[in-house]
Order: sequence, then structure tokens, then C-alpha cells
Amino acid sequence: MTTAPAAPAIKAKQRPGDRVFSTATVVSGSLILVTLAAVAIFLVAQALPAFTAEPTAFKGDAENFWQYVGPLVFGTIWAAALALLMAVPVAIGIALFISHYAPRRLAQALGYVIDLLAAVPSVVFGLWGITVLAPAVQPFYTSLTEWFGWFPLFAGPVSGTGRTILTVAIVLAVMILPIITALSREVFLQTPVLHEEAALALGATRWEMIKLAVLPFGRPGIISASMLGLGRALGETMVVAMVLSPAAVISFAVLQSQNPTTIAANIALNFPEAHDIGVNILIATGLILFVITLAVNMLARYIVERRKEFSGAN
Amino acid sequence: MSKRIEVNDLNVYYGSFRAVEGITLEIEPRTVTAFIGPSGCGKSTFLRTLNRMHEVIPGARVEGEVLIDGNNLYGPGVDPVLVRRQVGMVFQRPNPFPTMSIKENVLAGVRLNNRKMSKSDADELVEKSLQGANLWNEVKDRLDRPGSGLSGGQQQRLCIARAIAVSPEVILMDEPCSALDPISTLAIEDLIEELKQEYTIVIVTHNMQQASRVSDKTAFFNIAGTGKPGKLIEYADTTTIFSNPTVKATEDYVSGRFG
Repeated sequence: MTTAPAAPAIKAKQRPGDRVFSTATVVSGSLILVTLAAVAIFLVAQALPAFTAEPTAFKGDAENFWQYVGPLVFGTIWAAALALLMAVPVAIGIALFISHYAPRRLAQALGYVIDLLAAVPSVVFGLWGITVLAPAVQPFYTSLTEWFGWFPLFAGPVSGTGRTILTVAIVLAVMILPIITALSREVFLQTPVLHEEAALALGATRWEMIKLAVLPFGRPGIISASMLGLGRALGETMVVAMVLSPAAVISFAVLQSQNPTTIAANIALNFPEAHDIGVNILIATGLILFVITLAVNMLARYIVERRKEFSGAN
Repeated sequence: MSKRIEVNDLNVYYGSFRAVEGITLEIEPRTVTAFIGPSGCGKSTFLRTLNRMHEVIPGARVEGEVLIDGNNLYGPGVDPVLVRRQVGMVFQRPNPFPTMSIKENVLAGVRLNNRKMSKSDADELVEKSLQGANLWNEVKDRLDRPGSGLSGGQQQRLCIARAIAVSPEVILMDEPCSALDPISTLAIEDLIEELKQEYTIVIVTHNMQQASRVSDKTAFFNIAGTGKPGKLIEYADTTTIFSNPTVKATEDYVSGRFG
């Protein structure tokens, strides 16, 4: 019974280039985790006192933290959802036009214009919202409440300035349009020619080909793009802070002068005057925003994962 | 179901480059016609002009006429979408829609034409098409699984089922076995034999044994050199092309002396 001595494990030769590169990737990967952890720890540590704060510490009528943050959470999600609802169909339309309909030159020019939109600072969008968009849409809002006032969303009385949550949502939609368009366009351009030809050879029109081949292929990409846009809309501060005059209400009506504001705008507006426990309360609302964004991203991942089997990746 | 194809003096251009020159030939209904020839000689290009799929490539255009039972595909006012519903196509690489189940894949083309189809009609058509493509027994238990989960040969037969589900008159096959192993190839060749009973079939192949096994008539294409247009050199019964061709180039090609 003799056993052969265990052969020494063969080691791959370590080349300096490989070592430098792998170290670099590990460092970058860890860096993002460390940053995220630092932010999370800061938020949680600073937020803790807010949860047990005295009722007098809160602005307005709120008696505890949850009553205070409730309308803000609602406003944040409501404004972002409205923006997404408007931006996604338009973005998909533009992306499809660029990838499948427009002549090449026009498509390129349009691509640049869209990217340019992304380069406009949000302060400028805010100014545009106050000075141009709000007065321009106010008459339209008035007729909406007159004709469709029975529909809860458009219930009166209408805001006289046009500075409502719908205006904010429109500005936000314009702001998140470029990123959703750019990402969707990239995905649509990647559609395998094989699948497009399969659809066309079955006698599909251009639109049917897009429905059969391009959109199903691009679906995970559209969802990811929308979530990136939603993330931006959730966290957007300047536009909301500039356009809205905030009130602590939960209301689905989008045309009235009483509008819920968002977490980020609320922090920006109140932070300069906050002190002691007030600062903790604001940071706690920031923590809530952090959690909302995380939840949104996880939901998106889940939706993309769910039909992985049918994605063609296998 | 099957129709006669007549091609008169057909030229195909990519922009200003003439890819295929002066093709005239006739294809009888319920036959299998094979196109053979070296790479780049315009076989696939010519095949695509038979259902106007070449128009997908920017700058491609055609001069001349293709008549299917006397109707010119390139006549004024002819809709390429309707042409492609009559003339189905199977591609070199199997291309089932990855986001669809096996069943949805088969029904994809029919759903374009006829949206409102009762469930029993749909099930019946799925079974008939899959049986027509010799695939039913292998997939009948997993019709709701993704089509991309099948083997390459099964996927190609799924694509054939998808093509015959819309009851075309002609089926074009562009090297349908070039990505498949020999056993799957045999399955497809057997299938072509059966499909011949109902459809007119045109197949492009690089495999000369395959051409001699499955086809009734064979067309040999060649080019004089790079940058020159491809031409139809000889078109005759398959047995004639492989045993007693009239043109020297054909003989050289089928006997393996070049290409």
C-alpha cells in the first residue's frame, strides 16, 4: 500500500501585467463598496436620533418622524413616476426612430441633440420650468380642470401660477429623456440581424418586425434604462425646489396649488436653517430616499431576471 | 400550394456594384432546385431576390423580373410584405425568436396575418406545422419552453415549422444545414424530401453531396474574378449536372477540381 506523493499543484505563471491589472480591478471594485458603505453608515448614524425626536422638533403638524416623512416619500415617488410615465414612451419612440427609421445622417444629428439635452445643468431646467413652461401650460391646466375636473387627477381648483407637480414632472421627464433614449437606442441597435430577418421573412411589416424582434430583445435594456432615469428623477433636487411651493400634503391631484414636495428638494430648502435635531431629521429623510432608490433598483433587477430563460442568453 | 417561378434577365446591384448578372431560369412547382457555386458568386443574393429579402440590405436593387405564377414580384404596386408571406425563407443559422416559446415561434407568422385565432385552431396549426417539420414528437411535451433551448438541428426544424405555418407557396433555404452536425443535416434533408410534395423549394448549398441527394434540378453559379458579377453558368437536371455537364467550369467544380 504505497501512495504516490501528492503532486504539487501546478501554478499558473504570474506575469507582472496580469498582476497589475487584476490588482487594479480589485481595488476599483472595493472602492465602490467602501464608498457606499461610508455613505450608508453616515446616513444611519446621523439619522438615528430623528426616529425618537420630540414632536416639537418637526416643522409643520407632524407628531413623529413617519408623519413628517410620509408626504415627502409620496411626493418623491409620485413626481418621479409621473415623469417616467411621460418620458419612457417618448424615449422609446425616439430611440426606435434613430435606430430603425431615420436616414443615417438625420439619426446621427438627432443623437447629438438628445445628448446635448443631458448636458444642460438642472438649474437651467428649473429656470425654464418657472419662467417658460409654467406660464405656458397654465391655460391648458385651466381647461383640463374645466373639462376633466371629475377625474380625480385633474380636480380643481387649478393653480394660478402653473407651478404644480405636473409641471415639475414634465421638466423631470425632459431631464431623464436623454439617458433613457441613449441607452434604449444602443440596445435596439444590438438586435441580431438574424432575428430581424426572421421576422421580415415571415411577412412582417417594419412595425411588426420591431414588435417581434426588436422590442422583446430590448426589453431588459429598456427596463434598466428606465430605472436609471427613475433614479435620477427620484434624486433630482434643483428643479423641484425651484418650481414647487411645497406643502406637506398627500394628494394625487396634479393641477392644484397645494403640492407635495420631494425628499431631496425638502433637504435642499431646509438644510441652511436646520440645527441640532433638525439636521438629523433631514438626514433621516435622506436615508429613506436611499432605501427607496435601492428598492427600485432591486425591483428592476427582479423583473429582468424573471424572464431570463427567454432572453436568448442561453 | 406550390407555384412556378420564372426569372427573366435578372440583375442585382449593391449600389453601383453589379453582384449578379443576367439570370434567366424557370423553376417548376413541387420540385427541389439547388443553387451551387463558390462563395461570393451571388447564389444567396439571387435567392434573396426571390422574396425581396435583399431589400433589407441598404442600396440593394434589382433589374429584370421574377414571375411567380405569372405575377411579377417587382411589378408596380407589389408589396414586399405580401411577397414574403407567399415565399417563406429559412436561414443559414437557426433563428427562432429567443423571447418566445416553441409554440409562439410557430405561430409568430400566422399571428401577423390573422390575429383572432381560436385556441383550438392555434393548437391544431402548431401540431400540424411541427409534424410537418418532423419536430412534433421531440417537443410536444415542452411547447411552452423557450425555442432557444433546443439543439441547433431542432431549432432549424422549428424555423421550418414557423415558415410552413403561414402556408407559403415557395420555401427558400439559404444553406440551411451549414451550421448543423451530420445527423441533424440528414433530418433536414429527409424533411426537404417530404416538403417537396407540397411546396416548391429552392435551396442554396455548399455541400455538393447534399445538392445531388435532395434536388431535382441544379443551377451552377460562378464568378470570373473578384469584383466581377456572378453569373448562372449551367442549369439542368441534377443528374446531368453531376454526371454529364456541358460546361467545363461546372465539371471542374462538381468534381472538386476548384472551389
